[in-house]
Amino acid sequence: MQRHLISAADLTRDDAVLILDTAEEMARVADRPIKKLPTLRGRTVVNLFFEDSTRTRISFEAAEKRLSADVINFTAKGSSVSKGESLKDTAQTLEAMGVDAVVIRHGASGAPYRLATSGWIDAAVINAGDGTHQHPTQALLDAFTMRRRLVGRDAGLGQDLAGKRITLVGDILHSRVARSNVDLLHTLGAEVTLVAPPTLVPVGVESWPCEVSYDLDSTLSKSDAVMLLRVQRERMNAAFFPTEREYSRRYGLDGDRMAKMPEHAIVMHPGPMVRGMEITAEVADSERCTAIEQVANGVSIRMAVLYLLLGGNEPAVTHTRTEEK
Amino acid sequence: MSKILIRGAKVLGGEPQDVLIEGSEIAAVGSGLSAEGAEVVEADGKVLLPGLVDLHTHLREPGREDSETVLTGTRAAASGGYTAVFAMANTFPVADTAGVVEQVYRLGQEHGYCDVQPIGAVTVGLEGKKLAELGAMHESAAGVTVFSDDGKCVDDAVIMRRALEYVKAFGGVVAQHAQEPRLTEGAQMNEGVVSAELGLGGWPAVAEESIIARDVLLAEHVGSRVHICHLSTAGSVEIVRWAKSRGIDVTAEVTPHHLLLTDELVRSYNPVYKVNPPLRTERDVMALREALADGTIDIVATDHAPHPHEDKDCEWAAAAMGMVGLETALSVVQQTMVETGLLDWAGVADRMSFKPAGIGRAQGHGRPVSAGEPANLTLVDTAYRGAVDPAGFASRSRNTPYEGRELPGRVTHTWLRGRATLVDGKLA
Repeated sequence: MQRHLISAADLTRDDAVLILDTAEEMARVADRPIKKLPTLRGRTVVNLFFEDSTRTRISFEAAEKRLSADVINFTAKGSSVSKGESLKDTAQTLEAMGVDAVVIRHGASGAPYRLATSGWIDAAVINAGDGTHQHPTQALLDAFTMRRRLVGRDAGLGQDLAGKRITLVGDILHSRVARSNVDLLHTLGAEVTLVAPPTLVPVGVESWPCEVSYDLDSTLSKSDAVMLLRVQRERMNAAFFPTEREYSRRYGLDGDRMAKMPEHAIVMHPGPMVRGMEITAEVADSERCTAIEQVANGVSIRMAVLYLLLGGNEPAVTHTRTEEK
Repeated sequence: MSKILIRGAKVLGGEPQDVLIEGSEIAAVGSGLSAEGAEVVEADGKVLLPGLVDLHTHLREPGREDSETVLTGTRAAASGGYTAVFAMANTFPVADTAGVVEQVYRLGQEHGYCDVQPIGAVTVGLEGKKLAELGAMHESAAGVTVFSDDGKCVDDAVIMRRALEYVKAFGGVVAQHAQEPRLTEGAQMNEGVVSAELGLGGWPAVAEESIIARDVLLAEHVGSRVHICHLSTAGSVEIVRWAKSRGIDVTAEVTPHHLLLTDELVRSYNPVYKVNPPLRTERDVMALREALADGTIDIVATDHAPHPHEDKDCEWAAAAMGMVGLETALSVVQQTMVETGLLDWAGVADRMSFKPAGIGRAQGHGRPVSAGEPANLTLVDTAYRGAVDPAGFASRSRNTPYEGRELPGRVTHTWLRGRATLVDGKLA
């Protein structure tokens, strides 16, 4: 493993499978009466959030606390991009306090990369979402969810997603989730198709390791998983599509469309879901929708990442069981 | 009267000759000239060029003296072999009145490192709404002939048309920063494969090309002269080539960094590579080199854009756009144009001195190296190789994309009207 986790593209297949396998071990902790390991005792992790994201912050915080790390939450909303010193100065302040890892969320693409490579700090840097660039732990938790559902919880150990066909639908252009997923799913051997109106597909997408389609209906029957991405209503005002209704008609997932998917296929959503536009309530609340599981899996994945970046070389659970004796 | 004999210099890259300077003029060019009473500079096969002229420099004074001043900027210019620079109008206050342009002009004369020819704003406050007093700036002591809202595009077609027409009265030229503003909202880098991957807002080539296409058609319609600043795409080259073939009076410039660097460098997220227009692709770079060689692009201009450290030592999105360039321009041109065989040194003199002086109507600059001409000269050690060290820059700012990169060539001497401003690589 590398020292930082900035981009899903930085992970090899073996790194990614190791994280997924470790996350399975971490998930077992959640089934115990006391959901806590002493693994990161004495380590300090800062959640440095320049951009609001309650869901992601709480998920990381839960992961850090289950590993017994000391947690500092730093919210710097508003002070972010107006003057760049805030990032450098804030980082160095935290460094001076002896922080071991920084979990950073930032509105500017590349901010975590700068933090990790500019020599401002020595701590490990974990990207919790930067601009429209990357959100690697999201991609890992999505892959984890897919492996559990499509390969199997126990059967999946050591396995990747070779041959699985994954369709991502929605605002690809502005989505760090899409970028991270395309990179990671490709590394894990899956075949990815992006579906969106052409206005929401980036110029230059042809170099990505995936297919691009503008037609959702033709891809559904060939999908093992359909992942919907959040579409912000503001995009409509910027002429990315004419109306919410038209978007919904062409790219929304309703019961009729879900029926065209293979029986085993799942519906995924990173949340928060815009019901009625991206997804109907019928689909969102169905057994096949994994949105809530994804949230639970997020904690296991983040525990695995923190453990592997900070915890040492021994397998997580063996190590902790020894300490429990 | 002071006399300087430059012995054995390859004038414009030709056979070694002696050049005798007396006072502010070149007295003689020939073989075996007498050194009697003269200070002798042994050129030893170095290349002698007419003093370089930069049609596109940001000196930042007035208003941002923390990045650059007329003094530090002209010292940087002298270090890079320049004897005249055109100072862009986007200062604070904006150079949109006779008062501001005269102040900048006067500071250049007082400091004496190189002539500073102010560029006047096209519109009041660079706001694109109302023409600035172009005539008053022309008639001022600064004698402004080039007008530009650089940093911003004159995007209103009617304002652009009026400006093009109006400056005909005194032989002026409008230098356009071609950037369609709506197509570049939120733009951070060239739109393409790399921006898609990095998740940075795209600056599409068509935002430049559509404005150039419009402006050459406007210039044709009203019979005016238009100059295109820092042209950066292969498509822009095609449009300018077409316009010239039609007889439209258009000239264009390319920056050294657009001749060498590509958007692949942005993968580092290092804001030193953030510039407007953005670094483009390898294909664009090759098209720009070809176009500069065949004359479609008329000149090299630096777009020297100094910024203080804190404006670059931050995340990409927060960083200022721009690179310094005066002190490295000739080296980059040597590497990309001369050592590739695309231009000889006479061609470099043409693109970096004769033509820019002509476009800007710079008096006494861009003249042949021959007897009776003003002694504005630059001596270049073309055999030199070395890594760029910004610590040695005369510019107040250090935002160079070439730190640590090996570039060929070094300016050793610069003379402004016979007075040395640079001697053995050190400012006089």
